[in-house]
Amino acid sequence: MPAGPDADDAGCRFLHVDMDAFFASVEVRRRPELRGKPVLVGGDGNRGVVTSATYEARACGVHSAMPMGRAKRLCPHAVVVPGDMRLYAEVSKGIMALFRSITPLVEPLSLDEAFLDVAGARRRLGGPWEIATWIRARVEDEQGITCSVGVASTKFVAKLASTRCKPDGLLVVPVDGVIRFLHALPVAALWGVGVRTEEQLTQLGLRSVGQVANTPLPTLQRALGPALGAHLHALSWGKDQRVVVPHEPEKSIGSEETFSSDVDDPAVVSRELLRLSERTAGRLRSAGALSRTVSIKVRFHDFTTLTRSRTLRVSTDVGQEIFEVASQLYDALGLDRARIRLVGVRAEGLVPTAEAPVQLLLGAREHGRRDAEQAADRAARRFGTGAVRPATLLDPRSVSTRPARPAGTPEGMRPGGNGADRRQ
Amino acid sequence: MKFRVEREVLADAVAWTAKSLPSRPPVPVLAGILLDLSSEPGSGGRAAGESLTVSGFDYEVSTQATIDVHAQSAGRALVSGRLLADITRSLPPHPVEVAVDGPRLTISCGSARFTLPTMPVEDYPSLPMMPTTAGVVASADFDTAVSQVAVAAGRDDTLPMLTGVRLEIDGDRLTLAATDRYRLAVREFGWTPEQSGRTAAVLIPARSLSEAAKTLTGGPEVTLALSSSGTGEGIMGFSSPNRKTTTRLLDAEFPKYRSLLPVESAATAEVRVAGFIEAVRRVALVADRGTPVRLSFGDEGLTLLAGGDDEGRAEEQIEADFAGDPLTIGFNPTFLLDGLSAVHTETVRMSFTTPNKPAVLTGVPAEGPGNEDYRYLIMPVRLPG
Repeated sequence: MPAGPDADDAGCRFLHVDMDAFFASVEVRRRPELRGKPVLVGGDGNRGVVTSATYEARACGVHSAMPMGRAKRLCPHAVVVPGDMRLYAEVSKGIMALFRSITPLVEPLSLDEAFLDVAGARRRLGGPWEIATWIRARVEDEQGITCSVGVASTKFVAKLASTRCKPDGLLVVPVDGVIRFLHALPVAALWGVGVRTEEQLTQLGLRSVGQVANTPLPTLQRALGPALGAHLHALSWGKDQRVVVPHEPEKSIGSEETFSSDVDDPAVVSRELLRLSERTAGRLRSAGALSRTVSIKVRFHDFTTLTRSRTLRVSTDVGQEIFEVASQLYDALGLDRARIRLVGVRAEGLVPTAEAPVQLLLGAREHGRRDAEQAADRAARRFGTGAVRPATLLDPRSVSTRPARPAGTPEGMRPGGNGADRRQ
Repeated sequence: MKFRVEREVLADAVAWTAKSLPSRPPVPVLAGILLDLSSEPGSGGRAAGESLTVSGFDYEVSTQATIDVHAQSAGRALVSGRLLADITRSLPPHPVEVAVDGPRLTISCGSARFTLPTMPVEDYPSLPMMPTTAGVVASADFDTAVSQVAVAAGRDDTLPMLTGVRLEIDGDRLTLAATDRYRLAVREFGWTPEQSGRTAAVLIPARSLSEAAKTLTGGPEVTLALSSSGTGEGIMGFSSPNRKTTTRLLDAEFPKYRSLLPVESAATAEVRVAGFIEAVRRVALVADRGTPVRLSFGDEGLTLLAGGDDEGRAEEQIEADFAGDPLTIGFNPTFLLDGLSAVHTETVRMSFTTPNKPAVLTGVPAEGPGNEDYRYLIMPVRLPG
């Protein structure tokens, strides 16, 4: 695949720019003596997870999201560095600002990657290949880290291209080379194919994207369902209608917790769900958003992970309501003392509170749980996070060292009052 | 067992019974319909062996239809209800011969002949006993009242107390009420109780009650059966001349709804129902899920508004007879349409207090036949800004 100045980049309006081993690279920049060494970023406790690893460490088989213990066994000489999210966010801001100087059509996917639509920049800055080359040089100059850029006529192929040319690479997939490029890839490369779908495809004998492309659409739809079947078939022929959506607003807010050791006590899980629900609701309120869909995530000791979600009839930013749904979703899993490693609660389908119509409930109290939680927010601003919280979440060991109950703790804060404000 | 029967008669009875069969039966026999041609004297004064009962049961709801047949020999057979319903529905218009032949049931009709495997009759649970008769109600009144109220029942099984319709007996008055917390429908009507002065209250699954009220309209009256020992047996029965059904009652506390009914209003509007429904349906086309239809009442009538700049807007003005200070209030269009369709009069009266308090829909004139004492409370959507 040509990647030099001669590459045919006509029609390749999409760039996917991805920092190489972002957190680890930033750490190496900060501590040059680490250059060329295996470096792992992440918590060093026995439950820590690798959030980023240099390519020297990856050579040992380490990858991100791997438990730190396992990573250290694979790569015993690695230097472990705790993460510094503030620094990474700062570097990210600089990079995104650089992108926006090229085009306003920048869609950040996370701190370290973004899609750019450079169709409008051709006259001012040159073709996509030139822009990509320029970005790579500027990122290295300004931030001291390297990145890889994929250039293609669709977002999805651009992202695949950047993955293929990592690290420190540039790959243009010309319009007439898309099919050849795609069809050689394994099915897992398709956007939307996770472990389960990959298994289903393997059962059909489909291992490469080319094989998917040459399977009749009805066969795929029968095996995978109408939507996913059509989606994968379109992708396998390089069809992807998505455009770059600048300033993608936050689509979801959530938090998750890895237990310090696996938990099989439903009461402990329930308490954690309550804590995560309260935290999520607090973040919703401070973001000025209401959520329409609540989802939970449960990861078991063997790393198998389930997510379940439910769409509410009435959007909410109330921790107690999020907790009720999260509990119902968890109970519906019907787990019988399974060993759980991590639980998470997420609020999705966000709408700005000020613009959201709210379906009112018959017989609801004038001042309900929401007012109570807002009062807790105010207390938290004065006395610190967790100044007021459900009694279930009070840590029995630290309870005596806590300041006396701040004035104005609302009645409704006791979890015994579950939903009482909504009963008629 | 061997008998001959009119095709329509058999098909109707089987179709009705099959409707209450579980889609995923906990045990295989519950997917069956029991055909029983007993040699005992039939009910309703029929000659021995001339009436066939067709029964279905899923531990929640039992159904039993009795039909006239020309019997040749008595007996019982249990066969797949779904299959039997599909077959009887598709038979040609000729008399049907049904016979049990060893482990098979044969159905012959015109030139068509079916052979079905039977299931062991001994494994079939016995149907719950019909509770004692509580009284009778005109079947048309009952059907109307139940449909007016059940529309407001909740469908969320995690809140079981809201999936039921509350039935209150107070002497010769019946009250039905249901709410899903967004709306509340209440209907009162008269009936003929078996014993005067009796009071009782039960919570009936809305789905079973609706089904019973809709399908027991074969005769002029429906008999309600409820054990007189109060909440005792947890079963309620409904019967018309040839059909009877029982349903398990919900063991949950219904919200105290009477205090929610507003006693006074600050403004009222009277609007023609048919035009109102059409207008709401039209403007709701642009309302995304979860977004309201806005109603603005004033001297110039009623303006309906939905949507916004992103998803498109719709606006329509219709006539309304409004008394009070101008008012803008938002409703979930589905909840509003449910209420407008349930008043069953040409004109609806909406009574308001404030835009954040429930509005009440009643029929006009309130004392017309079939619409006395129906109230549909609907909780508004608080509009942004």
